[in-house]
Amino acid sequence: MDASPQMPTLSKVPRILNERETKIVASDVNVYYGEKQAIKNLSIDIPDRAVSAFIGPSGCGKSTFLRTINRMNDTIDGCRVTGDILVDGKNIYDRDLDVVQLRARVGMVFQKPNPFPKSIFENVAYGPRIHGIAKSKADLEEIVVNSLKKASLFEEVKDRLDHSGTSLSGGQQQRLCIARAIAVNPEIILMDEPCSALDPIASARIEELIDEIRQNYCIIIVTHSMQQAARVSQLTAFFHLGDLVEFGDTDEMFTTPKDKRTQDYITGRFG
Amino acid sequence: MTDTFDKGNAAFIAKRYASERRFKAYGAVALAVSVLFLVYLIVDIGIKAWPSFFEHRVVLEVNLDASKIPADEVLKGDFEGLVRGSLRSLFPRVTTRGDVRSLTSLLSAGAADDLRQDTAANPASIGTTVRAGALLGDDSDLYLKGMLTTTLRMPGTTNLQLAQSGEEFILTGDLSQLAVGQIVRANGGALRITGVEAGLAKAEAILPPATLNSLTPGTWDILSFSRAEADRRIDDRQVVLLEALRDKGVIEKHFAWRFFTSGDSREPELAGLRGAIFGSLLTLIMTLSLSVPLGIAAAVYLEEFAAKNKWTEIIEVNINNLAAVPSIIFGLLGLAVFINFFGLPRSAPLVGGLVLALLVLPTIIIASRAALKAVPPSIKEAALGVGASHQQAVFHHVLPLAVPGILTGTILGVARALGETAPLLMIGMVAFIVDVPKGFTEAATVLPVQIFLWSDLPEIAFQSRTAAAIIVLLVILFGLNAAAIYMRKRFERRW
Repeated sequence: MDASPQMPTLSKVPRILNERETKIVASDVNVYYGEKQAIKNLSIDIPDRAVSAFIGPSGCGKSTFLRTINRMNDTIDGCRVTGDILVDGKNIYDRDLDVVQLRARVGMVFQKPNPFPKSIFENVAYGPRIHGIAKSKADLEEIVVNSLKKASLFEEVKDRLDHSGTSLSGGQQQRLCIARAIAVNPEIILMDEPCSALDPIASARIEELIDEIRQNYCIIIVTHSMQQAARVSQLTAFFHLGDLVEFGDTDEMFTTPKDKRTQDYITGRFG
Repeated sequence: MTDTFDKGNAAFIAKRYASERRFKAYGAVALAVSVLFLVYLIVDIGIKAWPSFFEHRVVLEVNLDASKIPADEVLKGDFEGLVRGSLRSLFPRVTTRGDVRSLTSLLSAGAADDLRQDTAANPASIGTTVRAGALLGDDSDLYLKGMLTTTLRMPGTTNLQLAQSGEEFILTGDLSQLAVGQIVRANGGALRITGVEAGLAKAEAILPPATLNSLTPGTWDILSFSRAEADRRIDDRQVVLLEALRDKGVIEKHFAWRFFTSGDSREPELAGLRGAIFGSLLTLIMTLSLSVPLGIAAAVYLEEFAAKNKWTEIIEVNINNLAAVPSIIFGLLGLAVFINFFGLPRSAPLVGGLVLALLVLPTIIIASRAALKAVPPSIKEAALGVGASHQQAVFHHVLPLAVPGILTGTILGVARALGETAPLLMIGMVAFIVDVPKGFTEAATVLPVQIFLWSDLPEIAFQSRTAAAIIVLLVILFGLNAAAIYMRKRFERRW
């Protein structure tokens, strides 16, 4: 899809909830950091081709759960996961699952923009290169350009692809990170508070971008901003103290929450 | 207004500022004192070392007599004899054995070495007369540098009559200029005043004068010394000969390249650092080629791959402790393991390098781990996030970013190894070695050990050589540190 400047306002993008298939099925997931339990018996079905937002107060386990989906928490010492998480029916905690392949399918965008201290081109080309996706140099260039276009960054950087990725502004860096994630053709994109380090204008660009690409990916976004969750997501999950309190249509969640804790949180009574 | 700004006790606030000023002053004083010590040290060493970078030669016309030089083995020719003969020809009146010995003792034992090399390189010069610089001995050299005594020359301004009675010479006339211990140079000879009495001065011949003609103003002069003959390493006869050479204008002062291009020697004027520099170089190559790959690999494994359990904790503690172990212990270890158990040759750069590698390994591991730790985890996460394997993330992203820190640590470790003496003494690198080492298993010495060895020698000239060797070592160390800074800047990237 094109990065056309005549994007409809976010609220006008049609929400076709019933056409989606389930992409991720988590059942009875528990996550422990040493003795401390961060996620308690969590079960959730996350649909494809939609944006699901995880909200909740700090320390509620939303980032932790996000990181179990691409097994990023494997790198944390003393982190232990029980239960099943199925992606397209395959349990990603199976012994025979290659975590490298998993992460190629499940891309991730982090809280703080973290481009490699290399050129813009190299930043995007790195993933395709290590996965052997590009057949030739021209192929690789095409992937890089397409990824940058999808991340609506290409127009801004097309003349300086050899400049350092760290020379970009914060918002551009974050879009570069999204381009980098897109370049390896993931099916799922995890975003861990992607706008928390950005100013409102840069955040708006990222939100637009998420909305543009959501038709092609299963996107999960962790956010502290309820306005952002309301603007960008079709589904919202509310986490509290390691429990998934409520998961449902975003509009319903923000208008008629079922749980008292959700209502208290979204009305700003705690958190 | 005052209400807003005059909160709290005024005296208390004043005290707070006074305390701050006091601590600033302490810091400034500490800095000044340390700078002072450092400047004193450098200046002192520099002043002591300066004379060593120059040498004196006497320029002689040497007839390369073909009968003294075998045509097939030029290097075996009697160049010493030729050089001495040429020097003697400058003093036709020096004939007695003692005088001749005094004259030839001015030259260095290696005075003919340069001529020998030049002739070997250019055999066509055999049979011709060439100008050759003959190196002077250490005492002559020191005298000419003014380090043995200060010599004062006074032109003779009075009329004197000279007479001889037996061995003794009698000077009469205006004796106002003369004093005991001075040397009067006149009529082609030199007389040392032994006593000044009423109306006459007694003197003994250092070099017998050719005639007993009367001395008129301007035809004679006086040498007087700040240090008496008994208190200096050069006697009056040698001084007279040296002054005569100086008057003939055949003494030249040159930069002492020899100090860098020759090996160690018992003769200070011939002793050079080449052997030590090459020994240090070979030792460092050995040290680096062992400790850098091992150290970085160990650091990467410990920091990135090793499970965090009791074993890795014990290893970590031990590495930190090893960095603080006195270096001589490593020398003992090297002696016991490498020489006694494995039977490796003593005094060799191979063993020295092994011992120093063990010594700097903890430093390199600690510095490399710190550098790896300083790389933001977000970079590694980014790589993992696009599906890089752990190894790819480390080797493509973390390690390259850690390179400046690792380099700094490594060069500091190498600088430490370069200055290390004690462990090398234990493995026998303290021997007197003239030859420049050609391999890792040949006997060698290194710069700091060379300094240690020279500092122990009695010759005055070696004191200066010691200081000069320290300067060379310091320059190399500064060079290494400058390289470290340059490379850190070069590889440094922002993230």
